[in-house]
Amino acid sequence: MANSSIMDTLFQRSLEDLIKGIRIHSPDASTPISAFLSKAMDEIRKEIKSTDPHTKSTALLKLTYLSSLYGYDMSWAAFHAVEVISYPRFSLKKIGYLSASASFNEDTEVLLLMTNQFRKDLSSPNDFEVSLALQCLSVIGTTDLCRDLCNDLFTLLSSTRSYVKKKAIAVILRVFSKYPDAVRVCFKRLVENLESSDPQAVCSAVGVFCELTLQDPKTYLPLAPEFYRVLLDCRNNWVLIKVLKIFAKLAPLEPRLGRKIVEPICEIMRRTMAKSLLFECIRTVVNGLSDHESAMKLAVSKVKEFLVDDDPNLKYLGLQALSDLTSRHSWAVLENQEAVVKSLSDVDPDIKLASLRLLMAMVSDDNVAEITKVLLNYALKSDPQFCNEILRSILVTCSRNYYEIVFDFDWYVSLLGEMSRIPHCQVGEEIESQLIDIGMRVKDARPELVNVGRDLLIDPALLGNPFLHRILSAAAWVSGEYVEFSRNPIELIEALLQPRTNLLPPSIRAVYIQSAFKILVFFLQSNLWQQDEGASSLIGDRTQGGSSPMIEAQLLEGNSLATYGSMTNSGHRFCAGDSSRSVDENGDEAVARGQPVSLAVSGRETSSQESVVKLLNFIQTAMESLSCSHEVEVQERARNVLGLVQLVKRYVLGCSVLHEENSGKKESETSEIVKLITDLCSEELGPVSVSAQARVPLPDGLTFQEDLSELDTIYHDIQLQPSSFSLGMSRYGDKGFPLTSNGQFKEESESSTKSESLLAEHRQRHGLYYLPSEKDGAASADYPPASGEKVEGDRHDEMNDLVKLTEQSLTVKKKPHRAKPRPIVVKLDEGENFIPTNKLESQNDMLSGAVRDVLLGNEDVSISSYGADPPSKWKGKEKLISDGPLDLRENSVTVESSDIGNPSSRRSKHKAHGKERRQHGHGKNDERREENSRKEKKKSSHHRHSRHKGDGKGGASMAGKAAADAPSDHRKISTVHVRMQVRKK
Amino acid sequence: MLIHIGCWVCVVQIHFVILINRQGKVRLTKWYSPYTQKERTKVIRELSGLVLNRGPKLCNFVDWRGLKAVYRRYASLYFCMCIDQDDNELEVLEIIHHYVEVLDRYFGSVCELDLIFNFHKAYYILDEILIAGELQESSKKTVARLIAAQDSLVEAAKEQESSISNIIAQATK
Repeated sequence: MANSSIMDTLFQRSLEDLIKGIRIHSPDASTPISAFLSKAMDEIRKEIKSTDPHTKSTALLKLTYLSSLYGYDMSWAAFHAVEVISYPRFSLKKIGYLSASASFNEDTEVLLLMTNQFRKDLSSPNDFEVSLALQCLSVIGTTDLCRDLCNDLFTLLSSTRSYVKKKAIAVILRVFSKYPDAVRVCFKRLVENLESSDPQAVCSAVGVFCELTLQDPKTYLPLAPEFYRVLLDCRNNWVLIKVLKIFAKLAPLEPRLGRKIVEPICEIMRRTMAKSLLFECIRTVVNGLSDHESAMKLAVSKVKEFLVDDDPNLKYLGLQALSDLTSRHSWAVLENQEAVVKSLSDVDPDIKLASLRLLMAMVSDDNVAEITKVLLNYALKSDPQFCNEILRSILVTCSRNYYEIVFDFDWYVSLLGEMSRIPHCQVGEEIESQLIDIGMRVKDARPELVNVGRDLLIDPALLGNPFLHRILSAAAWVSGEYVEFSRNPIELIEALLQPRTNLLPPSIRAVYIQSAFKILVFFLQSNLWQQDEGASSLIGDRTQGGSSPMIEAQLLEGNSLATYGSMTNSGHRFCAGDSSRSVDENGDEAVARGQPVSLAVSGRETSSQESVVKLLNFIQTAMESLSCSHEVEVQERARNVLGLVQLVKRYVLGCSVLHEENSGKKESETSEIVKLITDLCSEELGPVSVSAQARVPLPDGLTFQEDLSELDTIYHDIQLQPSSFSLGMSRYGDKGFPLTSNGQFKEESESSTKSESLLAEHRQRHGLYYLPSEKDGAASADYPPASGEKVEGDRHDEMNDLVKLTEQSLTVKKKPHRAKPRPIVVKLDEGENFIPTNKLESQNDMLSGAVRDVLLGNEDVSISSYGADPPSKWKGKEKLISDGPLDLRENSVTVESSDIGNPSSRRSKHKAHGKERRQHGHGKNDERREENSRKEKKKSSHHRHSRHKGDGKGGASMAGKAAADAPSDHRKISTVHVRMQVRKK
Repeated sequence: MLIHIGCWVCVVQIHFVILINRQGKVRLTKWYSPYTQKERTKVIRELSGLVLNRGPKLCNFVDWRGLKAVYRRYASLYFCMCIDQDDNELEVLEIIHHYVEVLDRYFGSVCELDLIFNFHKAYYILDEILIAGELQESSKKTVARLIAAQDSLVEAAKEQESSISNIIAQATK
């Protein structure tokens, strides 16, 4: 045994040997490095069991090396680390602590064995040993350790050895966050250190308070006088930065504080050479003192210096500071707009991004068109990533708050179309949802939407770009849904069924087919049966002469489409059968679909029938290939369309051959069917409130398992922004849901009860596909050529243009006269807040609660709150504190804290009425808090439950479930917190 | 999905310190917020990917998972510290520089090799500069003095340990 030990010692590979070995293996050694490392690990495993301290600690050091640089697990060696820590020799102990702080965590069990070792080292006469223990504790301190060592730390806080004291102060931060009750013991001494003559102690203490204040500023407001003194006296930039951070949080809470500190801060800003300190001053002024004009002016002038600096860091930070100012001090941004716009062409993508954000923050309804125009040009020339960043921010800015800044929706819709054609465009999803959203919300924009959709659909080139498929889907849906605004439905059908659509994914093809179906129905309805509907009154004032030129024009158009002939079955060319699609002489388009549109004039009936037959044949050819598709969605829809086509065809052909009288019965049947389908399609889809799901009443007798946690695990990764309209949810526009309160649905309702039931049935079956499928658009032939012809010089010009432009648009503030009023945008969810406010982290609550208690002087209560068994030694300590002369309140009176939380009155209370009363009050408080939290817990679990029930009832879609789930997740978190709180009590 | 636990369980300014070289080899890691070993590996991989790919004329800050990585390159080494989004980036840059200066003073124009072979010393020096993710010592001189004092403690112990009599005593135990 002794032999093997000495052999180990003599022949052990040292850390240096290990490192050398690794370096030899690094390049292209015969044996792979992993083999070498695992061999080294085997050695370490053996050596670490040695009884020789040196061998053991060397092994541990090697292990620490491999763990921290190569990611090897070393949790198995935790006990060995504890052993090495317990060696008396400093060099070995150091290794032990190093490995402990690198590898231990909350769950390391051997930590329980460490308490005494820590206590021993903390009271060591050797400063460096104490320091090792403190250093380690600051990283791995657990609640238990912090509690048990609280008193030792308390002693160190007033140590005369400044080296030890400053570290002890820093560790207090960890202790407070792990074991808030430590505040009652240590807080006063910590505050004392703020006024210590030892600069190191002050530095540490300010650091601790800085972090504490960032978490919860209000609690530390009473300490403002102490911080103020540090601000005035300290000459150490590091400390000043931290004090400034504290004041940036405190100043907004107490206006008088701002007045007091503004002068010293300006003074620092003027004299300091350190950019970090200067930047902190700027941030303090921007965030905390923005009401003080002189300080703001000074800060903005400094920001300007940052912006024109060559150092990209300063430029970036300058932009950041500006972006904090946009909301309330737009003048500051205006002053610097030139620099901002110029940074748009910086080499650094982060800087570009920051300036883009800033620019978007300056956008208002007056200049949105100009700025986006220039940005779009700029996007054409940027690299793909930044290009999409630009597009995305335009989309986000314009859609903010229900398209608040968009007045001219025709412009905006065509802008969306333009964006789709930018070669790098990858924001298909956003554009898709906005196209549909606008369609549903803004009635006035629909004609233009259909127009833009047509242009997209008709361009075969766009089908080749997978990023655009979602946009195409939206375009297809829009064209189908709002087909009544289309000038030429036949053209749309051709576009929707063009051969290149086989490039689309099946889900989007399904949308295409569905849209073609809708258009066909609309077309049939308006072409074949209009005159039966008593619409004849309309025909009355249409003269034959008036309509025929139009038909001719359409014929021409039809011919120009003949290019498609090559891809379509050449036998089927459609010339304008749509004489019926009537734009009447006033240019006044028929608006609602249900309204009878235009009629084939009787003289034209035959030709219109011919065109119908041609169209039907075309559709039939296209669908027949699809009806064998392997995709069920595509197949089923194609078959539906085919069914309709055959039905109608029989009628049309019969009509032309037989006498009308004979086919009378059949005709009425067929027309009845088509009419029903038309009604069904004319049901208007509206936006759906996010709360729709919650409004579904719970059916009787519906029970669920108690524990629905598995649902959480199923859906937890489906994220939905609760505040936005999810398209998936619009499926619930189903008749089955009581959404009529939205008003959107009231408008229709003329459809017969028969058609309603048919509609309900249909939507139930196919509703799933209505919205999500609408995202693809086809494009026109002028697919934009890849940029690149433009040279750098152009870019410069562009830049200048943008500078000029923003100058104009930002400075001219008067509202231009708008030709037309802003269209109505349907909003449903205003004022409703669906995001439950997240609960404050309970640890923090407890911490600030404890701090408040101490600051308000009732630390004695703490003992009572421990119940009957507070550690007896603590009582002694407590007495020590309260007997001490260090009532910090006394100090704070000097500065204007008398109005802060009214501490003076509390203080007098404290002195006058003795402790009993407060103690009582506190106890009660505790009780109440506990009760509240219990109630809350109950409530929240109840909420969750009911949510899930709602889900189940809806029984419908994932999206709905996820939407309802999102809030309940929050609830779950809060429940956990509440539970934690309760347990802690 | 990496959950950043550090920001609410424990309050620190600097969440971690990483040193990597140009080839992406890790030279030092120090964690002030709790990360599991798995998370640590992931963090290093992600950050080195981000930082190493940045050109020379760009700013020294990178947004990363809601935090901000502040890095600076010295010769072949990247020093990287991670802070909260709304913290003072310039201050952290200066902390990095401070650390490098102390290293430089200790090793005498420090190079990557020094850190490779004295990785534990790099840790000890870092421990004198940062504690619990906060700057604790802003004087380079003081840090140098403290480290020297500890070194002499270690040396004294080593001498005693490697003396012949000690080895004999061990062997005949």
